[in-house]
Amino acid sequence: MHASQLTTPPSERRFWLMVALGGLLVLLALGAAHYMETSGHIVTGMNNHVVWGLPHVFAIFLVVAASGVLNVASIGSVFGKADYKARAPLSGLLCVAMLAGGLTVLSLDLGRPERVIIAATTYNFTSVFAWNMFMYSGMFAIVALYLWTLMDRRMNPLSKKVGLVAFVWRLVLTTCTGSIFAFLVAREGYGSALLAPMFIVMSFAWGLAVFHLVQSVIFAWNGLPLPDHVHRRMSRLLGVFVAAVLYLVAMHHLTNLYFARNVDFERFILLDGGVYPTLFWAGFVVAGSVIPLLLIYARGFGRQRDTLLASALVVAGAFCALYVLIVGGQAWPLNLLPGASVHSTFYDGQIAPYAPSLPELLLGLGGIAVAFLITTIGIQVFDFLPRDVSRPASAEGQAR
Amino acid sequence: MSERDQTNGKAAQATAQAQEAKRPGASRRALLGAGTAALAGVLLAPGIRLIEIAGAQMQRAPGEPVTDKVRWGMLIDTTRCSPDCNECVKACNTENGLSGRTGPTDSQWIRKIEIKYERTGRTVSAPVMCQHCAKPPCVDVCPTGASFKRADGIVLVDRHSCIGCRYCVLACPYKARSFVHEPLTEQKPDVPRGKGCVEGCTMCVHRVDRGQQPACAESCPEGAITFGDLNDPESAISRRVREIATTRIREDLRLDTGIRYHGL
Repeated sequence: MHASQLTTPPSERRFWLMVALGGLLVLLALGAAHYMETSGHIVTGMNNHVVWGLPHVFAIFLVVAASGVLNVASIGSVFGKADYKARAPLSGLLCVAMLAGGLTVLSLDLGRPERVIIAATTYNFTSVFAWNMFMYSGMFAIVALYLWTLMDRRMNPLSKKVGLVAFVWRLVLTTCTGSIFAFLVAREGYGSALLAPMFIVMSFAWGLAVFHLVQSVIFAWNGLPLPDHVHRRMSRLLGVFVAAVLYLVAMHHLTNLYFARNVDFERFILLDGGVYPTLFWAGFVVAGSVIPLLLIYARGFGRQRDTLLASALVVAGAFCALYVLIVGGQAWPLNLLPGASVHSTFYDGQIAPYAPSLPELLLGLGGIAVAFLITTIGIQVFDFLPRDVSRPASAEGQAR
Repeated sequence: MSERDQTNGKAAQATAQAQEAKRPGASRRALLGAGTAALAGVLLAPGIRLIEIAGAQMQRAPGEPVTDKVRWGMLIDTTRCSPDCNECVKACNTENGLSGRTGPTDSQWIRKIEIKYERTGRTVSAPVMCQHCAKPPCVDVCPTGASFKRADGIVLVDRHSCIGCRYCVLACPYKARSFVHEPLTEQKPDVPRGKGCVEGCTMCVHRVDRGQQPACAESCPEGAITFGDLNDPESAISRRVREIATTRIREDLRLDTGIRYHGL
């Protein structure tokens, strides 16, 4: 055999390197989950007062962004935009990959992960959580069908109808995810119907940011230029979504501030709650929203690398926002007797402690690694690379 | 101390006083005391017998289904509850095999809360446990139905179908649920628990089904916890609820809790 035939091409080497990296992270996550299962959650930072911690931040980010990343396909199939239609398969693949990553984290964080089959087969339909299980499994099936209609010429005529079903399904799915918190009656940080639309808009922004990151990497590694008009369209859409998230988050806090009973909680989360206000203002508002908006819209910015940085910042801001919402919301004590201060050995009237642990971080990163592996293998095995049709100059002008 | 133990104690005291009275030169006061105790014994005995009969009637035969004819509840009289007393918590821990530790990952099925009213400065001490709501949020949110409410109003967790998602812990307005964070040893046969599952006050269902009172109610030295059937207008708890002002924690949530408080 000739020596040159033995040499692995660079792209293939890169593929196996990425698979190895993703695989290693998944193995570490499985090790962390096994450690948590055998030793109990005592080895995590979670406790009886902050029962959902860092794994849930990762899981909910992945699930919410999974729904939002499908927006790209919906704009193509449902609203007929050609630039987005070319990206629909990649959008579907990312949706399935992130959903799988998020559910992996959620399942492995359970106190009894071996009983996940009970969760998949026994539904209490008054539970928002059970609705979510139903919606997640349905989402896999619908997106798989959708990908089939997109990638098989014989099935192409059905793609618009299935795309519409997927569009509606994911809106309901994210409504359900937001409702996990919206339907909690006694927690001051939650219990607002505004959380459902807020989660939907968050999914739009976070999903599109992830899409930008993945698309940029794929184009760069394949040595393909991302057409300017596509970049401009998608980056401006990201800007609109980021601004909308900021608006809804502001409305959520303003509503709470208007209700006298929630003012103390707002003071905690926005001003004097230590890590939570820092993450909210510096992480979510400034780094995750204002700077990305400047990178997209400000004069002298708006180039592809600016959008890439903006997308990465939006993702980082998303983690900060979820940490504040999920952990901060639990850290604030329940108000057992309005008008009275309460103390006990069970942290009544006290800020609950929480410090994320390494097993939690590894489990969360494992969820991202699962999504990364599915995406990497999917792109390598199937044809998910967006193919842009070159546009005439007049159309270029319209896109501006 | 149980009612029966208290009765036995009183009887022994009466006998001792009567023996004292028989001694030559015994004081008239001792004689009067013995007479009063004997009279009290005669008057109380039928009542005590009635309580025993009622307890026996409340006992559920093996295999007999629970019905909604009863609604078990408790009335906690905080005016009799001392901040220095922790007997109900100790009794609960002993009965259910809890460690009694109070770290952030330890289970606490019942805890004493110390309340201070901001406007008046009044302080109150009270035990808080699962409030056994008629409309329990923990049951609503449980994805597998492991959190459930028995027909008689007792809210429980099925340890076989709890997946340990902790959504019920998040949903409970009373912080009444705990998650078992580490492997358990030396469990009580009547109270199975499990690492990775959620748990909370069972209202000592194993005792209630035998016609006994929950451990916390029985242990209270001041008799501040009255346990009984809220559906029975003649039960001690129902009579007491009619007679005195009672309230429920987070009444605004309208969860129709089975635990009521006096003096909050």
